[in-house]
Amino acid sequence: MKALFRYFDGYRRQLVLGPVFKLTEAVLELFVPLLMADIIDVGVKNGDAGYVVRHGLFMLGLGAVGLACALTCQYFAAVCAQGFGRSLRRDLFRRVFGLSQAQFGAAGADSLITRLTSDANQVQTGVNMFIRLAIRAPFLTIGSVVMAFTINAKIALIFLASTPLIVLVLYLVMSRSLPYYTDIQRGQDAIARLAGENLEGARVIRAFSRQDAEISQFGETGDALSELTIRVGRLSALLNPITSVIANLAIVGIVWWGAHLAQAGGIAQGQVIAMVNYMTQTLLALIVLANLIVTFTKAIASAKRVSEILALENAMPEPERSAPAQENAPRIAFDGVRFVYPDAGDAAVEDITFSLEPGQTLGVIGGTGCGKSTLVRLLTREYDVTGGAVRVDGVDVRAYTAHDLRAKFGVVPQAARLFSGTVRSNLTLGAPDASDETLWDALETAQGADFVRSKPGGLDMPVEEGGKNLSGGQKQRLTIARALAKRPEILVLDDSASALDYATDAALRRALRARTARMAVVMISQRASTIKNADRILVLDDGRQCGFGTHDELLQSCGVYREICRSQGLAKEGTGA
Amino acid sequence: MKNETIRRLLGYVRPYRASLAAACAGALASVLFTLLGPVFIGRAIDCIVGPGQVDFSGVLCYLALIAACVLLAAVSQWVMSVSTRKISSRASNDMRGEAFRVLNRTPLKFIDGHSHGDLISRMVNDAELVAEGLLQGLTQLLPGVVTILGTLCVMAVLNPAIALVVVLVTPVSILFAGFVAKRTAGFFKAQSAAQGRLSGFVNEMVSGQSVVKAFNYTDRCFSDFDAICDELYDTGLKSVFYSSVTNPGTRFVNAVVYAAVGVIGALSAIGGALTVGQLSCFLTYANQYTKPFNEVTGVLTQLQTALASAERLFAVIDAETERSDAPNALAPDACAGRVTVRHVDFSYVPEVPLIEDFNLDVKPGQRVAIVGPTGCGKTTLINLLMRFYEVNAGEIAVDGNALPKLRRSALRGMYGMVLQETWLKCATVRENIAYGRPDATDEEIRAAAKAAYAHGFIKRLPQGYDTVIAPGGGNLSAGQKQLLCIARIMLCQPQMLILDEATSSIDTRTEMLVQQAFERLMQGRTSFVVAHRLSTIETADRILVMDAGHIIEQGTHAELLAKRGFYANLYESQFAVE
Repeated sequence: MKALFRYFDGYRRQLVLGPVFKLTEAVLELFVPLLMADIIDVGVKNGDAGYVVRHGLFMLGLGAVGLACALTCQYFAAVCAQGFGRSLRRDLFRRVFGLSQAQFGAAGADSLITRLTSDANQVQTGVNMFIRLAIRAPFLTIGSVVMAFTINAKIALIFLASTPLIVLVLYLVMSRSLPYYTDIQRGQDAIARLAGENLEGARVIRAFSRQDAEISQFGETGDALSELTIRVGRLSALLNPITSVIANLAIVGIVWWGAHLAQAGGIAQGQVIAMVNYMTQTLLALIVLANLIVTFTKAIASAKRVSEILALENAMPEPERSAPAQENAPRIAFDGVRFVYPDAGDAAVEDITFSLEPGQTLGVIGGTGCGKSTLVRLLTREYDVTGGAVRVDGVDVRAYTAHDLRAKFGVVPQAARLFSGTVRSNLTLGAPDASDETLWDALETAQGADFVRSKPGGLDMPVEEGGKNLSGGQKQRLTIARALAKRPEILVLDDSASALDYATDAALRRALRARTARMAVVMISQRASTIKNADRILVLDDGRQCGFGTHDELLQSCGVYREICRSQGLAKEGTGA
Repeated sequence: MKNETIRRLLGYVRPYRASLAAACAGALASVLFTLLGPVFIGRAIDCIVGPGQVDFSGVLCYLALIAACVLLAAVSQWVMSVSTRKISSRASNDMRGEAFRVLNRTPLKFIDGHSHGDLISRMVNDAELVAEGLLQGLTQLLPGVVTILGTLCVMAVLNPAIALVVVLVTPVSILFAGFVAKRTAGFFKAQSAAQGRLSGFVNEMVSGQSVVKAFNYTDRCFSDFDAICDELYDTGLKSVFYSSVTNPGTRFVNAVVYAAVGVIGALSAIGGALTVGQLSCFLTYANQYTKPFNEVTGVLTQLQTALASAERLFAVIDAETERSDAPNALAPDACAGRVTVRHVDFSYVPEVPLIEDFNLDVKPGQRVAIVGPTGCGKTTLINLLMRFYEVNAGEIAVDGNALPKLRRSALRGMYGMVLQETWLKCATVRENIAYGRPDATDEEIRAAAKAAYAHGFIKRLPQGYDTVIAPGGGNLSAGQKQLLCIARIMLCQPQMLILDEATSSIDTRTEMLVQQAFERLMQGRTSFVVAHRLSTIETADRILVMDAGHIIEQGTHAELLAKRGFYANLYESQFAVE
């Protein structure tokens, strides 16, 4: 939580002056009942109309000064809170991108997005409300008690008894009802989950004719949530009546004691009225405070979630400057690589040793969960190896800066992810200065030129968020073109042909071979037909390297590879052995 | 339109008439007693004239009355709060329940054609906003209006002149609040637009962070983000500041009213037209009177929001539901598994014809393979066979019965469907397997799991068959999920099958199990298989070749190869060794 204070930098003046102005307003407000008491006890009693008017004008004056102070405070609060929010968001955003993939995966994208958006907003609102109201309410409460003492110490004792009582009631009701809000949130999550599940499974639910069961399950969950809300409502509905009973009974006490004192001449009528006013003011201020508690509880919970991210240190240090590449070294070399995912017991990959020369193509094959994608993550240093080393151009990947290492790769991830913008803005993601010619060239290779050309706007055709306006195959082609456009030294295709039909897949491979002579290509696939022409094929089975060689070599030497080819109809002729 | 929405909304409140009556009674009573309090306090103060002149019995009497008022006001306020909470929560729950019911009765077209996120948000957020709007409307609007009127009445009775002053000055605060609200509306819109842009950007970039990083795009991404932050700062500063002007502004107006009442009241008291106690009563009222005005303006905007939300929920409730089954619709006990398709035309949108004059005759126990590039419309066929969508022309029949003559539940019960996108409920493994037959015994469930080669991995799950599947099946692999879906079908023993072979994302061993399970399932059953494996295709009795939604060729493997058309081309590029 402390870490958050640095985001007040540049707004400290507002942070301090805001409450000061708010206090000034509250002080002025505290004098009003006293002035009114004087009007009654002096003005009315003596029949002095001038005195009454003078005091009335004075009250107006106080109101006007109070208004000025309040406006100043609100302005400072807005500047401070917005400034705080901006600094926080900026830094948080950078931190999120500074996380290692392991940290990112552990935190989860959804949760990080929530922290960046709604949590940051919540904290910002908390700051704003804190400056505006958090000081005012307790000050008015304490101030009222002090003012009551200046009028009459004996009656003021009632304040000393009733104010803590009201605070106690507030505390009891709030502390008992706040935990319920978590339950309510959980209930709403359940509603959302059921609704989502139902929509997603509409076909299956109907196939089994289970609509009625779904409806009744949803109904029960909704009813439970509704009853819970009503139960909490019953509790929090106690707050206002009980506190108002306490305050009003205190007023009864004030009038009763006041009557006795007045009989003896110890207090005047107007002063009793002032006391009553102070009591009303106390109650109102405390109720505001009670409502604020909800805001602050939320803000504090959000602040904690935000701080968790700030507390994460990047677990993957990088050097100041990259080590120089070695001459004549293989483009890629895995040397006894072993990797265990954080929190996983078994190694995801183990004993991986191979190398690839510039211009060569590597095919990686094996079933899901065998560690193919893990290899890519280690190669591009999304994760650090647990044992062994991964080298690119003869240099350990850990000896490159992240920027330099990434500049070498063009990665086509499994999930074709595009950003909203245009075809051009997506293709230039890794190559901001690429010419149209380069982009078209990349599209040709990626088998995407035809469809882009056929669309209105061509390269400037709009792409919606996530590429919603494109088919799976079109998205995939654009992601491939995007990787090619930056003219990488190493192209990585992580099962990237899965959304392409076989004919396009074949055309893509032909084009890659023809156009990318100097580029090393790493091609991951479950389809033997995709990788069988690669210069080298790496066969993985359950995280272990069980074959490395050409298609023909592996058909001879590697049982797993033979089995894969056979099951996919690639090696039918005489491979029973 | 608005009135119609309000009328319908009130329709959902009607079942809770008793609570509504209690809420209204509570509101009236609490306002009445709250208003009486200051009157009695004033009287009591009037009994305290000065030293030696205190009327103790009078004071005591009024204090007793005050105490009574306070207690009664408190009780009635509590009754009001609890009743309104009950009404708002139950009414919105009823609306949400009805919307959900409708969603389970609409043609799939509706669900496929709407963003799921949007529909979920209607069920969760909009229902919540309706409840909140109803609650605030009932608890603030009614008492607020009554308080304003009541205060006016009491003041007018006590002293018309002062009442007039209050009536004249108070609207200033309302006008002021209204002015601020109008001026800030634009700022708020700009702010929420900036907020929306920020969320969108964060969503996109954070979920795509690995791509952003891989392409060294981070610096440009940061500067874009900073620009949005700046925009949010500017718009936020304006909207937050200007809207926060309302409170001090109305407070100042209140102070003016208070001072005016004090001065005029004191002057009248000097003239003898008003007692000091009555003055104190006025002062309290001056504070009380302005408060509901400020609240009412807030509640009105909240009601607007609630009405908009109610409209969105009603839009779901009003969605067209499936025509119900004909009263004499058949539900045959047995099914031979003969499927005939005659002259079927179908399209999702009238302008884009998709399937035209489609004919097919599948004999019991035959296997039909559907092949074609990804996105070629294989699901369309499933939609028609299961009657998720209605054909535009022609007829599909099972055992000679046209689909509309069969009960939907009966027709769908004849098929077992395993889709590539597996769907499991967030429930135990046992409940998921028994999804189609909730009354199945444990032995039957186990037997089905064994037949689907799923028993092995289920046993190894932390709680075996009682393991709860995480939302989205997070704790299972894709292959395991598929095995559970097969077990689910095994338990039902349907006569016909619709299967979707996985293209990828299954590890080799599980894939082998799935394959075996599929084979076992297909024995003796009519089956439609969206096929990716050569063995499935080659052994099929009939192959349907689809492209871009159209069925372009059909026949056996040998026939189609001989034709040297699309299929032959596909087959060669897919499987032939180059």
